[in-house]
Amino acid sequence: MTGTGAALVVEDIWKSFGQLDVLCGIDLEVAEHEVIALIGASGSGKSTLLRCINLIEPVDAGRILIKGEEITAKGVNVDRIRRRIGIVFQSFNLFPHMRVMDNVTLGPRKVLGRSAADAETAAMVLLERFGLAEKARDYPDRLSGGQQQRVAIVRALAMQPDLLLLDEVTSALDPELVAEVLNVIRELAAGGMTMLIATHEMGFARDIASRVCFLDGGRILEQGSPRQMFGEPHEARTRQFLNRIIEAGRL
Amino acid sequence: MRATRGPRFGLGAEGARALLIAAGSTAVVFGVLAVVAVNSSGWPLFQEKFLNGPVFWEALPKVLGKFWINVQLFLIAEVLILVLGLLLAVLRSLPGPVFFPVRLLATLYVDLFRAVPGILVIFMLGFGIPALRIPGVPKDQFFWAVVSLTLLYSAYVSEVYRAGIESIHPSQTAAARSLGLSHAQTLRYVVVPQAVRRVVPPLLNDFIGLQKDTVLVSFLGVVEIFNEAGILESARFNFTPYLATALVFVVVTLPLARLTDVLLQREKNGRIASGGSRSAAAMQRVSQPLP
Repeated sequence: MTGTGAALVVEDIWKSFGQLDVLCGIDLEVAEHEVIALIGASGSGKSTLLRCINLIEPVDAGRILIKGEEITAKGVNVDRIRRRIGIVFQSFNLFPHMRVMDNVTLGPRKVLGRSAADAETAAMVLLERFGLAEKARDYPDRLSGGQQQRVAIVRALAMQPDLLLLDEVTSALDPELVAEVLNVIRELAAGGMTMLIATHEMGFARDIASRVCFLDGGRILEQGSPRQMFGEPHEARTRQFLNRIIEAGRL
Repeated sequence: MRATRGPRFGLGAEGARALLIAAGSTAVVFGVLAVVAVNSSGWPLFQEKFLNGPVFWEALPKVLGKFWINVQLFLIAEVLILVLGLLLAVLRSLPGPVFFPVRLLATLYVDLFRAVPGILVIFMLGFGIPALRIPGVPKDQFFWAVVSLTLLYSAYVSEVYRAGIESIHPSQTAAARSLGLSHAQTLRYVVVPQAVRRVVPPLLNDFIGLQKDTVLVSFLGVVEIFNEAGILESARFNFTPYLATALVFVVVTLPLARLTDVLLQREKNGRIASGGSRSAAAMQRVSQPLP
């Protein structure tokens, strides 16, 4: 099962918060350049899975491997692992006391040891690519939600991660600002970035995911191509979930 | 009806009336208090012993001259307190079981120096330690005055810092750690800079307290403003020098107190303003084509 070439292998991950079992034996293998969409109701474990992969939450049992290296092993330097995995949060979490440029270059300067000049040159290339060049000297609170979230994505990309985790990155945005963020993710997918995307945007998941995983009660109940998952899901629970989405007019 | 249009150009009828009432009632209250005070039986004696013009003008330059000692005490202790207080707050926030003894020590320190009356610490250190005659340990009273004030106030200030650090949302730490920043780097670049900004007003408040408490070290025999006032008082049996001293502290403290108010107000306004500009930027964003 465990291909050493896989970008990410998740083996039988368990996680509970007190009495609440959030992840109940998740298995997932992600090849390089794959874009995985995690769908499922709130509380199904999508966010917790991403937070476990980023080692923000320690797992109770199971293993996680990045390019064959076990990151859940004892004694692993978590800071070294985290710099290889980018994560973007629902609520942006930009540093409000720093200008956009400093938000983006903090990691490269302090973690990767780049010089300020190198880090800023590289950051400017990324900011320009995502239409944020003229915002480089602004503080985050001068930006719209969509701009802030794009800066958060750029901040994660500036670390040149092997893997990017996106945790419902459009859920906190006004509807009219969702498209600009989705377009950025689309471009990253086209560029071959390996991504795990927890999302409620089903149309988006159908368009860009190479594989869709439906989480239910802390397990991956079903996974498959977008065509299969949204066209003819095997599981009754998956059909039920998608029907509710369609009724809500979200697909 | 016309009056309601007034406020655009000045106070308007309503505002002018309110101002008149406020001025009138203030004048009446202060006037009555003054008349009562001046007509009370002890007034002439009080005036002679507390509000003595010639004594005041003689004492003021002398106490002001010694106030320089208090300013030095205050400024040196201030810097040390800011550093030690932050260090204590950071030590108390270190995670993990390995650092338990460090957290315990820092907590004990803060508990101890907040519990013990300041004058006791000043006496124990200022008289007690030099009395041990340990070679190499300074005997200078000013030195021990600075040490005492630093120990006492860094305990308070560390609690202010700690409240600031804990007020920074955990998502900020999560974001910093997810970039690969260590715990120390996260504190240094993300958490502490935001925390310090938030606690400037309460810190200023503590410094007002410190300014006043510099007179406590007069008990060690350091001739600062309060001791000087005492010398002048006993020479004439007149309390006006104390009044002059009090006035010096009021004059120095008032700007700090007002600055604290201004900073608090600015922080409040800043939040409102940035919230407003955010939605303005959002509005602007809608009308622009996607990049």
